[in-house]
Amino acid sequence: MADGQRVAVDRGPGLGAETKVVAHQKIAFAVMAIAFVLAPAVIYPLFLMKALCFALFACAFNLLIGFGGLLSFGHAMFFGTGGYLAAHAAKVWGFPPEFAILLGTAAAALLGVLAGLLAIRRQGIYFAMITLALAQMIYFFYLQAPFTHGEDGIQAVPRGTLLGVLDLHNIYAMYYTVLAVFLAGFLLIYRVIHSPFGQVLKAIRENEPRALSLGYRTTHYKFLAFLLSAALAGLAGSTKAIVFQLASLTDVHWSMSGEVVLMTLLGGLGTVFGPVVGAFVIIAMESYLSELGQWVTIAQGIIFVICVLAFRRGIIGELGHWLKKPL
Amino acid sequence: MTEIFGVPTQALFGQLLIGLINGSFYAMLSLGLAVIFGLLNIINFTHGAQYMMGAFCAWFLLNKLGVGYWWSLALAPVAVGAFGMLVERTMLKQLYKLDHLYGLLLTFGLALILQGLFRQEFGTSGQPYAMPSQLSGGSNLGFMFLPNYRAWVIVASLVTCLATWFVIEKTKLGAYLRAATENPTLVQAFGINVPRMITLTYGFGVALAGLAGVMAAPIYQVNPLMGADLIIVVFAVVVIGGMGSIFGAIVTGFGLGVIEGLTKVFYPEASNTVIFIVMAIVLIIKPAGLFGTQK
Repeated sequence: MADGQRVAVDRGPGLGAETKVVAHQKIAFAVMAIAFVLAPAVIYPLFLMKALCFALFACAFNLLIGFGGLLSFGHAMFFGTGGYLAAHAAKVWGFPPEFAILLGTAAAALLGVLAGLLAIRRQGIYFAMITLALAQMIYFFYLQAPFTHGEDGIQAVPRGTLLGVLDLHNIYAMYYTVLAVFLAGFLLIYRVIHSPFGQVLKAIRENEPRALSLGYRTTHYKFLAFLLSAALAGLAGSTKAIVFQLASLTDVHWSMSGEVVLMTLLGGLGTVFGPVVGAFVIIAMESYLSELGQWVTIAQGIIFVICVLAFRRGIIGELGHWLKKPL
Repeated sequence: MTEIFGVPTQALFGQLLIGLINGSFYAMLSLGLAVIFGLLNIINFTHGAQYMMGAFCAWFLLNKLGVGYWWSLALAPVAVGAFGMLVERTMLKQLYKLDHLYGLLLTFGLALILQGLFRQEFGTSGQPYAMPSQLSGGSNLGFMFLPNYRAWVIVASLVTCLATWFVIEKTKLGAYLRAATENPTLVQAFGINVPRMITLTYGFGVALAGLAGVMAAPIYQVNPLMGADLIIVVFAVVVIGGMGSIFGAIVTGFGLGVIEGLTKVFYPEASNTVIFIVMAIVLIIKPAGLFGTQK
């Protein structure tokens, strides 16, 4: 891939304009945060929580593809691992929700270490195929492992009491917990993107041999990005398992890996806010069109095709292009 | 009953045969992927769906038009290949100047559409496809019973693979193809119509998937999702073999089928995952794949 053919992400201005970029992205972030705080007044909180979990998942995925240029087609393995471990810890071991979520995240991070060490040995489409194959292996593992209860999944996971004071069976308590997790994850990713580490990552995406020749150990950077992305995907999966009191095979299946790719692509690869928008659109489509059965899958396929052929910047990418401000 | 390592020979050879059958499909599908990747630099995620389309094509020809297996063997790949060429002309063509990942994303979307449409039409249960009467029955080899149809699949797949290898490595047409893989601009300057060659190559790779689908129809049930999980295994096969070599794709395909069959005998719990485990080991030892060269 040294011939200058790159993923057409919005590259944003050079370093000089970095402060200006940060300024208007901060405004956008404030608008988003306020909107989410007020949203449960008008929108069904359970839907919002689902969309927020997937938004965090998509943001984690975007960190890897949008800023590291690595397309993982197996991110469901981290999402699902987080979910299974958190659900098992909360239900069988009686962990309080905060520790269950932490354990799920840690398990996803550990899996990220193993998968990352293997996958970063190849680049481009090989990387995508390897992550897909590893995720399929993990899928079969969960299909056969007794603690996951196979097709039934881990059901009736207790939500518990957060930090011993906040009863999560109250839907608003649960909602604002999820929102806090999402915002924390989002801010972490935001901080990483604008850190020197994020800049090196972008340099690797643009031209790996040059970054290498400048003395950066590109494999270390890619590995760290992979690990971070895996852990945050696990955080999203763990949170979702606690919210919906369920961890099932759907969350580790390859179609889930495809879905997160779709969310990010639709919202805008390499944009800061795109994955959030993409996740909300796709989840809304699934929730409100669910009675249409297979047509949802077909519609997702069509969105894929349209995005790739005619709409490569995605919703937020187009908006940012139009406003001349990367969002 | 005779035994090897505590396993009845009957069971051992039975699983070896199943392994060879699966290997035949791995080999044909990974060969098609390798041929397409060589010239187009695209990983064809639709390959599994196109394999499924080949099987449905044969099913449709038999049950709706009364056209038998042997005609299907020729007609279905042509139909699926023609569909592939249409896809290449209308969509894939626009992506050659972009990152290769977009080809993967586009073909993934196409696979979702195709599988969704077939599921909408046929549901998730499989449609049975009758075995051709000439190949029903089997022969007793003394140590095992060999159904004729399965023997035919292995032989036909081997012949197809070797013929493809021969055309690409030993004929003038293949030489053009290899040259265009190396440097399409220069080959075009010599007066060869490279865009047409690309279309035909994609059509051929897809037709191979369609052919595999027809051959699979009497063995597995004809099912809208029959290619969905298979394609992931084939990706692993491709990573293990490396995509540099046609011959490598064939050997790896058959080899991994056999390994999978043997795993079913000795450690059935791992039979779903053994290919992925082999992939992990190969990535540690030889990241470019057994027959590949790292770019």
